[in-house]
Amino acid sequence: MSSIVLYTLLTLSSVGALAAIILYFVAQKFKVYEDPRIDEVEAALPAANCGGCGFAGCRNFAEALVKADEFGSLYCPVGGNETMEAAAKILGKEAVAMAPMVAVVRCGGSCDVRPVINKYDGAASCTVASALYSGQTGCQYGCLGLGECVDACSFDAIVMNPETGLPEVIDDKCTACGACVDACPKDIIEIRKKNKNDRKIFVSCVNKDKGAVAKKSCEVACIGCKKCVKACNFDAIVVENFLAYIDHEKCKLCRKCVAECPTGAIQEVNFPERKVKKEEEKVVTETSKKNKEEGAC
Amino acid sequence: MNLLKIAPSPHVAGKHTTQNLMVGVLLALLPAWAASVYYFGWGAILISLVSIASCMMFEFFIQKYLLKQQPTLNDGSAILTGLLLAFNLPSNLPIGLIILGAFVAVGVGKMTFGGLGNNPFNPALVGRVFLLISFPVQMTSWPKPTGFTADVVTGATPLGLMKEGLKNGESVNAIMAKLPSHMEMFYGHMGGSMGEVAAVLLILGGLYMIVRKIITWHIPVFTLGTVAVFTGILNYVSPEMYAGPVFHLLTGGVMLGAIYMATDYVTSPMSKKGMAIFGIGIGVITVVIRVFGAYPEGISFAILIMNAFVPLINAYIKPKRFGEEVKNG
Amino acid sequence: MLKTFSIGGVHPAENKLSANSAIEVLAIPQKVVIPVSQHIGAPAKAVVAKGDVVKVGQVIAQSGGFVSANIHSSVSGTVTKIEDTLDSSGYRKMAILIDVEGDEWLESIDRTDNLVVDITMSAEEIKQRVAEAGIVGLGGATFPSHVKLAVPEGKKVEVLILNGVECEPYLTSDDRLMLEKGDQIMVGIQILMKALNVNRAIIGVEKNKPESIANLEKLSAKYKGIEICPLKVKYPQGGEKQLIKATINREVPSGQLPLNVGAVVHNVGTAFAVYEAVQKNKPLFERVVTVTGKTLAKPSNFMVRVGTPVSSLIDAAGGLPEDTGKVINGGPMMGKALSSIDVPVVKGTSGIVIMPEEQASRRQATNCIKCAKCVSVCPMGLEPHLLSKMAIRQMHDKLEAEKVMDCMECGSCSFECPASIPLLDYIRLGKGRVGNIIRSRN
Repeated sequence: MSSIVLYTLLTLSSVGALAAIILYFVAQKFKVYEDPRIDEVEAALPAANCGGCGFAGCRNFAEALVKADEFGSLYCPVGGNETMEAAAKILGKEAVAMAPMVAVVRCGGSCDVRPVINKYDGAASCTVASALYSGQTGCQYGCLGLGECVDACSFDAIVMNPETGLPEVIDDKCTACGACVDACPKDIIEIRKKNKNDRKIFVSCVNKDKGAVAKKSCEVACIGCKKCVKACNFDAIVVENFLAYIDHEKCKLCRKCVAECPTGAIQEVNFPERKVKKEEEKVVTETSKKNKEEGAC
Repeated sequence: MNLLKIAPSPHVAGKHTTQNLMVGVLLALLPAWAASVYYFGWGAILISLVSIASCMMFEFFIQKYLLKQQPTLNDGSAILTGLLLAFNLPSNLPIGLIILGAFVAVGVGKMTFGGLGNNPFNPALVGRVFLLISFPVQMTSWPKPTGFTADVVTGATPLGLMKEGLKNGESVNAIMAKLPSHMEMFYGHMGGSMGEVAAVLLILGGLYMIVRKIITWHIPVFTLGTVAVFTGILNYVSPEMYAGPVFHLLTGGVMLGAIYMATDYVTSPMSKKGMAIFGIGIGVITVVIRVFGAYPEGISFAILIMNAFVPLINAYIKPKRFGEEVKNG
Repeated sequence: MLKTFSIGGVHPAENKLSANSAIEVLAIPQKVVIPVSQHIGAPAKAVVAKGDVVKVGQVIAQSGGFVSANIHSSVSGTVTKIEDTLDSSGYRKMAILIDVEGDEWLESIDRTDNLVVDITMSAEEIKQRVAEAGIVGLGGATFPSHVKLAVPEGKKVEVLILNGVECEPYLTSDDRLMLEKGDQIMVGIQILMKALNVNRAIIGVEKNKPESIANLEKLSAKYKGIEICPLKVKYPQGGEKQLIKATINREVPSGQLPLNVGAVVHNVGTAFAVYEAVQKNKPLFERVVTVTGKTLAKPSNFMVRVGTPVSSLIDAAGGLPEDTGKVINGGPMMGKALSSIDVPVVKGTSGIVIMPEEQASRRQATNCIKCAKCVSVCPMGLEPHLLSKMAIRQMHDKLEAEKVMDCMECGSCSFECPASIPLLDYIRLGKGRVGNIIRSRN
């Protein structure tokens, strides 16, 4: 071996060793003490960093869980109860079981029932359009169809249906993180209780105009007639500002309101087909329900 | 009647489009291109066509098949990259190398960063410098201006000769005697890359672009000004060792670089103050490489180095805000 | 050398098609819709009810606060409804609907034509009258004028600047007013000077209105203290800050008011309204509106009663052309596209521009090529490409640091962008969100 190679090897090795030693001591001196449980809890979280828990990413949520005396309302909608149980086990705390939730788009104004009266030519952002005017239809509360909710979703759980011009939530993928709710400038999307078989009953309208005005712009608008309120045996529906709202905690999915609604504003989703006519429903309801549906009442 | 259209204001638009800006630059380059055809004959035509076609082809294929996007050839930027790349090459370069250069220019210099508007480095220069470093012999045998003759005679450029001569200890004046006169250099009668030669036509094209508001005067003036001042000082200090500003301005790619390459929108600063700093930086680095460095020509490297500083310049040098200084009239 | 502002600016085609059309009084419509919010600030509160009979000039809605304005009836007739009606904002807002009967004015209004030159009211009385008359900035901003006349303790006004610039393409209402009602405007200016206790006024007018400039220069010999300042034609010369910079070479610092550099700016139309209010006891209920467009049969300038549907103006100008693509309320740079032509004319309606179908669509947006044209044309020295990208990514702290709140939404950036990127759409979005954040801090 020539001396040059030897000297090169020696010099580089000693420089490397010296650097390693210095770095080791510096790392030790400036080390930030962190509760090791934070790492463990973070590993149990889904690592989606979506902000659905209300914190800035999974690590931030893990820190909050470690610091908190009890879990209370701290909840990860993506991981659900399973994840909260895992985190609770690591920390020796109690996990509070939360009901699963899902995002629901509350506008039924598709192209065929809500005529277009002008053409929007601005930037493809619902917030921009909403600040400019009331939209391409006569309904100033309805969905603008530009897809800001779709862009906001980090789980590909909401897609725009090109035929209806309305967004649709894919229940299996939705984690109820709330990103689409924040993105929608018209407050059309709501996080509601997730029921068995993904069944839903909700008022698919947010129009607060008087009934006649609302109906003029959209065939399936809620006109605030209150027939649904009268039909409901569980006090789950209130009408305010000519708009009905079904409380998802109180609703027992009995579907009586759906039958009563004159415009079709109340939607029932993922229920089996009704085989009976509306007039005969009252007589047949109890028996047919017991036979066909599971735990509807 | 059709439905009324609604959009946020403004409801009218100016006359510039990306396409007509690129076409404007191409028009500005046309006189200089005609001159290089006059001086270098068929080689010039061949290089231009091969370079432009390859750049367009690579951009089309990468966009359509690799990125699965809509190809955007209509904006004219691939054509411009192709022409500018050709301008930086000797007119006798083998075709395979041109195609390789086009691939590096468009594929590596532009598309890897996300296409038009996202590249930090001037794509034509990326291609050129790649070729220069990988194929130094072919890239530095410059044809002499013999027009449409069959044989191409090669030799070094005036800059190359100056560098060689100074290394050998000759004085500036002695070397200058062997080179074409200043006037000849101004009109382009010298060896060099395709676009280096006709200074007068390059300047004319530059003025055309400034009048049509395609570029502003800041980058060319500050770059050329810095080169002139720096070399002027050196020449004043020692006329034997350092050639004068006129020589430096007329030889090599400084004219082409300052007016057409450094002013590339995507890779230059956004504020006027930033453009001035950018131009000065290019001028200084060019002269340093030319006079003290190993290469005879430094403008390509200078521009690429300053391109790297552009994000920093943009972050810290902001345009003059309205109402910044409280003026009392 | 004509004076102008130093940073930025663009040159849209002027298209002053109606510059030679004298002001015509438009026929009173059969029904009017008078919104209760035609100004910046709190909406006015209706003081009439369904069934009430009203006269021209009668107060029908009371100012809702200090920064607010009274609304007066522009017609005589019966109130039929008070309800949410579609207006030029694109939404349904509270408005008073009146069925017109005759044209009966309040007796207190002086309907004679003679010029009243002597100003008998004191400064305080003038300010009160301006407030009572519901006068707001008629350049389009609709800021309640009496608020601008209330100079706080410690601030001194050195000069009153009048905005006769009308830099928006197509619009000519101020131009015709300066030509036809020059004397009244001059007296109005003197009234404002008295209210502000200044002895110097400058009227800024763009050079593309040579007859108006000549008329005003001739008149300025009669009226002390008023100078005329012809300005270079450049958009947005009519912006308040740009006008102050061009006329007296002072830059209003970021976030501050013109008062801080000793200036107050009013539109010439507002000066005319002040004349009518103070000298003729006539409140603000009508204004000059330009109705124009290349495809319109008769581009005109009409004196219009507030509440008249826009469709009446278009009919009087030759009818809505078949190939209309857009109807703009205001000018093409900052005006608002209307979703319906049945909306009413309000105090801030300076013009209606008809755009044919071929010109009504935006070009397809492409990649930003960082050409920096937006930076070079921004009159406030901002970087629109950066603000737009930050707004899309919701980087609100950085937006505030980059002075997005200084943006005057003039549209020069979107106008100039070769890639047709809707810069202003996103900047407005960012500005709105940052504005909310700033407001929620206090």
